[in-house]
Amino acid sequence: MSATMERADFDLIASWVQPGERVLDLGCGDGSLLKRLIEERGAKGYGVELEDAEVLAAIANGINVIQGNLEQGLAGFDDQTFNHVVLSRTLQTVRHTERILSEMLRVGREAVVSFPNFAYWKNRMAVMAGRMPVSEDLPYEWFDTPNLRFFTLLDFESLCSKMGLVIRERQVLDDAGRAVVEEPNFLGSLAVYRLGR
Amino acid sequence: MRRLTRTLYGICMSGVGLVAAQRAHFSQPLQLKGGGVLPAFDLVYETYGTLNAAKSNAVLVCHALSGHHHVAGHTADNPANVGWWDNIVGRGRPLDTDRFFIVGVNNLGGCHGSTGPGSPNPATGKPWGADFPVVTVEDWVDSHARLADHLGIDAWAATMGGSLGGMQALQWALSYPERVRHALVIAATPKLSAENIAFNDVARQAILTDPDFHGGHFYEHGVRPLRGLRLARMLGHITYLSDDQMAEKFGRRLRTGAGSYGFDVEFEIESYLRYQGDKFAGVFDANTYLRMTKALDYFDPAQDHGDDLARALAGARAKFLVVAFSTDWRFSPERSREIVHAMVHNGQDVAYAEINSAHGHDSFLMDEPHYHAVVDSFLKRVTT
Repeated sequence: MSATMERADFDLIASWVQPGERVLDLGCGDGSLLKRLIEERGAKGYGVELEDAEVLAAIANGINVIQGNLEQGLAGFDDQTFNHVVLSRTLQTVRHTERILSEMLRVGREAVVSFPNFAYWKNRMAVMAGRMPVSEDLPYEWFDTPNLRFFTLLDFESLCSKMGLVIRERQVLDDAGRAVVEEPNFLGSLAVYRLGR
Repeated sequence: MRRLTRTLYGICMSGVGLVAAQRAHFSQPLQLKGGGVLPAFDLVYETYGTLNAAKSNAVLVCHALSGHHHVAGHTADNPANVGWWDNIVGRGRPLDTDRFFIVGVNNLGGCHGSTGPGSPNPATGKPWGADFPVVTVEDWVDSHARLADHLGIDAWAATMGGSLGGMQALQWALSYPERVRHALVIAATPKLSAENIAFNDVARQAILTDPDFHGGHFYEHGVRPLRGLRLARMLGHITYLSDDQMAEKFGRRLRTGAGSYGFDVEFEIESYLRYQGDKFAGVFDANTYLRMTKALDYFDPAQDHGDDLARALAGARAKFLVVAFSTDWRFSPERSREIVHAMVHNGQDVAYAEINSAHGHDSFLMDEPHYHAVVDSFLKRVTT
């Protein structure tokens, strides 16, 4: 994904973190977001990452990274340890969707979830033209994608409702990282939610 | 040929070349956790690299059950005597001698030069033997602190070790939080399980019931409990390896084509274990083995904190790297994660890597590129 888009996503998350707060970033990669939250926002950050190369990069970045598999939940993390638990562009790769959302709100007071919106108009156009979408926010071919779940803003909000999760805030971005206000399920490429119980 | 190869390896490949042990004498008594007092003691150690003017680049490498101060390089008397963790020490290696001053020390109760059961008891002039006190991880750390004072090191840039050595690296950060900036706790556990203790006790029983043990005073009888020590090592060795690795390395292969339907060495694994047992029994001290396993069994920092590990670790100020290995069933990754989660609970700095390795508990000694890259990345963040 492009650096521009990465920043647009991270800008929002950074704006929600207050100095001194504890953040857990699930699927933290090389720790870029955490590094920013630590350096710019004075947060206390931890990350969870599965891939060896990313863990290595995160350690090189001085990040408190914990190697582990999100599919196994967040066993070992105590209840309500974090102010924010972030799952950035990763929910679509997780098999146990409901469990990870529940776990996020078990260990944290707030879950921050971002994901690519499958109903974005360009994605719809691609499917209408008979092809699976490849875009800024869905940058993989169907045969090499790590994404397991394809869903839309409406789908996600329906799941939140079913699980009794409260949507505290929703921000939607187009594929240039610009805020979308009107028709977000059609014009939004990436959605970022703040969830609570 | 094997010996020649080892010799060439020692000369060409060791990271730090020729090394020599040093000895420090400490005349102030050391109060031990078990209640005893060591009136005075010696520690034997080696160093690699140069201590900088600020004395801020020192790294303490703590050894495991059968280890010692000879961490890296080779000794003058025997070029094949390469240090037990040589592959991680030297120029361009994770413990880079261009950056760090590395200290390896033989623990109290050991049998490689530091005061131990084979040393003379000042009260009798005879070897301590069974009368040498049972020492703990905490006692070792206290003794290491004397060595740090001796070397003028106020704070270690890092303490590190694998297995029992990892426990010492951790205990350092608990006993002397202001004297440890980073701690690398590798293939360790916050306490032994019942199963771990059970294995240790079978090993101890092998030694204690050997007729040549003489209640620990075998030195005076001119014998050594070789059979017991050999069995102890064979048993221990099984727990250091993984089932997969044994299957791959030995399988069910026989030394000779067919079974003899007797009890001589038949399977390759038998041959290997007996060789390891004999080799170890030839050089190691039975009283030391007993004490090292007891130090393992007693290690449990949470015990004095209501069995709450997070509370026990709360005082540590070091940044931690915890490393575990996928096939380590002796101290499995779950046990390392207990340390990690206790530290996350406390809001302490900790990174955790779980390395895919086939070599079981012994993985921490292996030259596995990703493992070494993880340690290297962490150590590169250490300012000196």
